[in-house]
Amino acid sequence: MEKTFSRPKSMRNVVMHYCAGCGHGIVHRLICEVIDEFKIREKTIAIAPVGCAVLAYDYWDFDTTESAHGRAPAVATGIKRILPDRIIFTYQGDGDLAAIGTAEIIHTANRGENITVIFVNNAVYGMTGGQMAPTTILGQKTETTPWGREPKSDGYPLKISEMLSLLPGVVYIERTAVNNAKNVLLTKRAIKKAFLNQIENKGFSLVEVLSSCPTYWHMSPVEAMKWIDTEMTKYYPLGVIKNNC
Amino acid sequence: MAYIKIDKEKCKGCLLCVVNCPKGLIVQDEEISIRGVEMVSFQDKDNECSGCAFCALMCPDVCIEVYR
Repeated sequence: MEKTFSRPKSMRNVVMHYCAGCGHGIVHRLICEVIDEFKIREKTIAIAPVGCAVLAYDYWDFDTTESAHGRAPAVATGIKRILPDRIIFTYQGDGDLAAIGTAEIIHTANRGENITVIFVNNAVYGMTGGQMAPTTILGQKTETTPWGREPKSDGYPLKISEMLSLLPGVVYIERTAVNNAKNVLLTKRAIKKAFLNQIENKGFSLVEVLSSCPTYWHMSPVEAMKWIDTEMTKYYPLGVIKNNC
Repeated sequence: MAYIKIDKEKCKGCLLCVVNCPKGLIVQDEEISIRGVEMVSFQDKDNECSGCAFCALMCPDVCIEVYR
């Protein structure tokens, strides 16, 4: 009898602070598995965001730095330019990347910096208490849109991956989800590809992961995973958005 | 024959493993854990577990180890 699945070595054996059923834990694990498989743990530097994943450095057993809210791509640019042989990735939520950090992500992508961005989209602000995010879908109830998001007053959800795919500096963008075992495996494949692009010096790669927030979607973890499938993927279709490598 | 081990101290009782097990071998316990949630346990009397690891893939808290 052989152990075929266990905690990746790059992941510390501690209890995470995330709510029950939160997708962040799955994405954290997938990143660690990819880093272990490529054997790049000693030369990886992660940039943690502000948001629910702000404590990611407590869970990853490799070098991690923290950045100001939304500025992770700018910090990643600096580190990559000084240490071009290291593998640099940013881990950002939708409040961090698509709201306060929109300028940084667009210009970093446009410069074609050779970094990897993991963008976890759960369509709501988690850490601050469940307010509307730019990625909140139409009709979705949050603390600041108690009757559902209305395009007239709140605008339309921001499709950041499609926007970035128009920029010539971007080589690879894929949107995946972590709502079932198949999609988790596809997410791992996409993250692996995004890291491989950086290892091969191809340029800017981004993986958008649709993740669940049972607490602020006011659902059980199981219902939240179903909601990704029935509602979220309608507005954010899964698949490769750009592949120029 | 395969089996899984669940780290009950880390389990938050989200039940994603329960709904993702194709054979329904993971069930919710009545026992309350140290974190105040009803944990899950693995019950495989007829050795049905194939070690597919769907439960472990979906566990957000990496509580599950799979042996095959």
